[in-house]
Amino acid sequence: MSETIPKTATVEAPEEFVAKPQTPFQRFCTDFFESKVASAAFVVLIGILFIAICAPLISPQDPYDLSQVSILDAKMAPGSKNFDGGTFYLGTDGAGRDLLSAMFYGLRISLGVGVMSGVIAMCIGAAIGLAAAYFGGRVDAVIMRIVDIQLSFPAILVALILLAVLGKGVDKIIIALVIVQWAYYARTIRGSALVERNKEYVEAATCLALSHNRIVFRHLFPNCLPPLIVVVTIQTAHAISLEATLSFLGVGLPISEPSLGLLIANGFDYMLSGYFWISFFPGIALLITIVSINLVGDQLRDVLNPRLDR
Amino acid sequence: MSERTNDAMLTVDNLSKNFVKKLDLAGKIAQKLGSNIREEVVHAVDGVSLTIPKGSVVGLVGESGCGKSTLGRMIAGILPPTGGDITYKGVSITKMSGDEAARAALQIQMIFQDPFASLNPRMRVIDIIGEAPVTHGFTTASEKDAYVCDVMQRVGLDPEYRRRYPHQFSGGQRQRIGIARALAVNPEFLVCDEAIAALDVSIQAQVINLFMDLREDLDLTYLFISHDLSVVKHISDRIVIMYLGRVVEISPTDELYADPNHPYTQALLNEVPQLEHRGRDYKPVEGEIPSPLDPPSGCHFHPRCPHATARCAAERPALREIAPTRWSACHLNDEA
Amino acid sequence: MNAKDTAPTLEVRDLQTHFFTKAGVAKAVDGVSFSVGKGEIMGLVGESGSGKSVTGFSIIGLVDPPGEVVGGQVLYNGKDLVGLPDEQMRQLRGNRIAMIFQDPMMTLNPVLRVDTQMVETILAHDPSVSKQDALARARDALGQVGIPAPDERLRSYPHQFSGGMRQRVAIAIALLNKPDLIIADEPTTALDVTIQGQILYEAQKLCRETGTSMIWITHDLAVVAGLADSICVMYGGRVVEQGAINDVLDHPVHPYTRGLLGSVPGANSRGERLYQIPGMAPSLLSLPQGCAFQARCPRADDACLVEPQITEPVAGRNVRCCHPHLNADEEVGA
Repeated sequence: MSETIPKTATVEAPEEFVAKPQTPFQRFCTDFFESKVASAAFVVLIGILFIAICAPLISPQDPYDLSQVSILDAKMAPGSKNFDGGTFYLGTDGAGRDLLSAMFYGLRISLGVGVMSGVIAMCIGAAIGLAAAYFGGRVDAVIMRIVDIQLSFPAILVALILLAVLGKGVDKIIIALVIVQWAYYARTIRGSALVERNKEYVEAATCLALSHNRIVFRHLFPNCLPPLIVVVTIQTAHAISLEATLSFLGVGLPISEPSLGLLIANGFDYMLSGYFWISFFPGIALLITIVSINLVGDQLRDVLNPRLDR
Repeated sequence: MSERTNDAMLTVDNLSKNFVKKLDLAGKIAQKLGSNIREEVVHAVDGVSLTIPKGSVVGLVGESGCGKSTLGRMIAGILPPTGGDITYKGVSITKMSGDEAARAALQIQMIFQDPFASLNPRMRVIDIIGEAPVTHGFTTASEKDAYVCDVMQRVGLDPEYRRRYPHQFSGGQRQRIGIARALAVNPEFLVCDEAIAALDVSIQAQVINLFMDLREDLDLTYLFISHDLSVVKHISDRIVIMYLGRVVEISPTDELYADPNHPYTQALLNEVPQLEHRGRDYKPVEGEIPSPLDPPSGCHFHPRCPHATARCAAERPALREIAPTRWSACHLNDEA
Repeated sequence: MNAKDTAPTLEVRDLQTHFFTKAGVAKAVDGVSFSVGKGEIMGLVGESGSGKSVTGFSIIGLVDPPGEVVGGQVLYNGKDLVGLPDEQMRQLRGNRIAMIFQDPMMTLNPVLRVDTQMVETILAHDPSVSKQDALARARDALGQVGIPAPDERLRSYPHQFSGGMRQRVAIAIALLNKPDLIIADEPTTALDVTIQGQILYEAQKLCRETGTSMIWITHDLAVVAGLADSICVMYGGRVVEQGAINDVLDHPVHPYTRGLLGSVPGANSRGERLYQIPGMAPSLLSLPQGCAFQARCPRADDACLVEPQITEPVAGRNVRCCHPHLNADEEVGA
């Protein structure tokens, strides 16, 4: 019991490190692409985004350029030829527009509106939810009651009322979708922020006398991101389908900027006459878009969730 | 290991912290209608006074519900006190305004218990350690790198790994990152809240040695909060024992172990398993630790105390100096 | 002490439990052997990652996939439990061999009353007992672990007990069928010191009075020092040293045991630097070739690249080391 106790060197070699530092993002990518279904859905989504962005470049015809469209081509079946020798791959609609081109442009509008409204709603909802969680007390109570009231109304009802007041137009519909969606983001991020706020690293930041702003945006917010990312994806799909519904009902987007919903609505008159393709193909496109977004969102939720328990 | 000087670094005077669970609207209505529902008040810290001399290590010991973590957090500036005063280097912190108090509290830093939850998982180590010094002007953004390397070496971490994320380190290393983060703002006072409880025994030894080295090198003062009496005995000059929100005994370490005064201290020291005691005959103290929501009247310990008298149930014992530098809160001392 | 002439209650021979994970095979238990006699309390000590809890689970057959007991024998009264059909294992579990967990809520169902759970335990192994008798036995078991007012407590739900009380109820449930062996996996780690003292007292009383054997799994050497008769130290999935408690704690042979004892603040080490074992425990996925401890060992040399076998350098002590000796000149804390 009387051996000398040496002053050993205290620098430790961290032996269990991976050879290359793997950032959280790299880890996330590895986990995400493990699911074949989600990877396929992701690829489809990339394809859809590509189409949406490059629509003017890849469409065979600009369906809103009246010089290219002729009423004589109306309601032609898929695969039929037009006078130039080009093919209407998916046929034409009631006004003679090439359906494929119309769908590409429609995807562009649908996706654009959905994503824009999703992002804006997220920014507003996240800021409000974070404030509610961080300040707590009365601020939290008031904000959450507003959120509860907002969420108790059906989305379509609120959107219809808003659009009846605001009128038609892309910006109006985006406003309506934002107002309908922000509350969901606020509630999600508030739940996450409440959990994170009690963690010791936030206490440490308080102890280090960092400003409130810094703590909320640098410490709280990045750690509340995982559920938010999942909600953004799923809500975008929801926004797209909501917009399609509104367009189908005739409110929202004007005819000059038709989304997929409006295309479906336009074709509805011809459904029973046998010209099914006018509604059918835009419908399929909408379905594929929403399903792939949902699949990606599901995998995101699974991948990001266990990590929350770290 | 004796205290350098007798200047008080930090004084806590009659500090209290109450957690109140207010009644919501439904509760208030029920109360008006005559139901028994009450506001629940937990006196987590109930009139605590103590002094921590400069350069010393004061161990704060107690079981669940004793309020030691809450007291530590009030001293570190994380929780605002409900009542009482904290004086640091002669200046009262509680009376300062928000920003001033924060700056003063910067000299008091805290090391947390959970090495997993105490580091922001999305920040690199260099940012975790370097954020506060840059924000408060201890170094500039361009010099942050060198500054962080220096601090990391001081706590025994290899600076080469500063661009990694917390999840890539072991528990012991993470705790060192937490220590580095605290040291980066040049504190003079460290509150260690169960800083080694979550670590393996052999890693605990490394961190304990690190604390002792830092104390020598940087002339730090510690408040070492722990439930592990053997570690506290090893590292502390003075020990404060708390029970259910109140201080029951304060004494220099050697004297506490040689001659524990308060019955709770005696029970605690008796119960602590020690490596040298083989094949013990356990004679445990009776009863459960009471809930802080409903503490016993008078002296909180009286239901479990083998020497309890009627006075103990009625009157709260005051913390009295029973010998130079020794205080105890027990009525039995009055009769002596 | 335990009588060596009677057969041991439990004998583990070269037990191996591997976890087949995506990242590789983790050899959580890799050749563990020990025996526990009647009425003996054995302390199974190790840090996190040493495999001590997995050993406990392997004995009682509670290892879930991707883990699997891949080798060795667990002889309970001569019968090998490894590979025993599920139905027979179920009859033993909770009946002749019981387990207490670190978190009592792993034993207690939060939505059932305590008496329901205890009666269920009794009836599961002996359907012939009447409900009255079962309740009486439950009441006695609660009294045996020192729970006051057992009649009232029987009708309570687990959430109405404090942490220490819940652990006592869990111990009472383990006791109900008067098992021959109790495996306790860190039962007092999460409890306060005074409550821990109460539990240790009950455990000690139990083993002395009923002759039940106990395996007490913990990382706390001090608890084992006070409670156990013999000790088994584990590192990297293997037993590195075992023997009678006083022998091992006063004269440790294996460098890891010596290092561990040096790391614990002792009665006389106040203010001095503690011995620190350099480095850290290896990951079970990538144990080094040969001795698992060589990277951190002051005695390590090339001989350690060959896996050390168990030797008996001192009578009654089994050590797994390439250089087992009680060298007093070595610079290691003890």
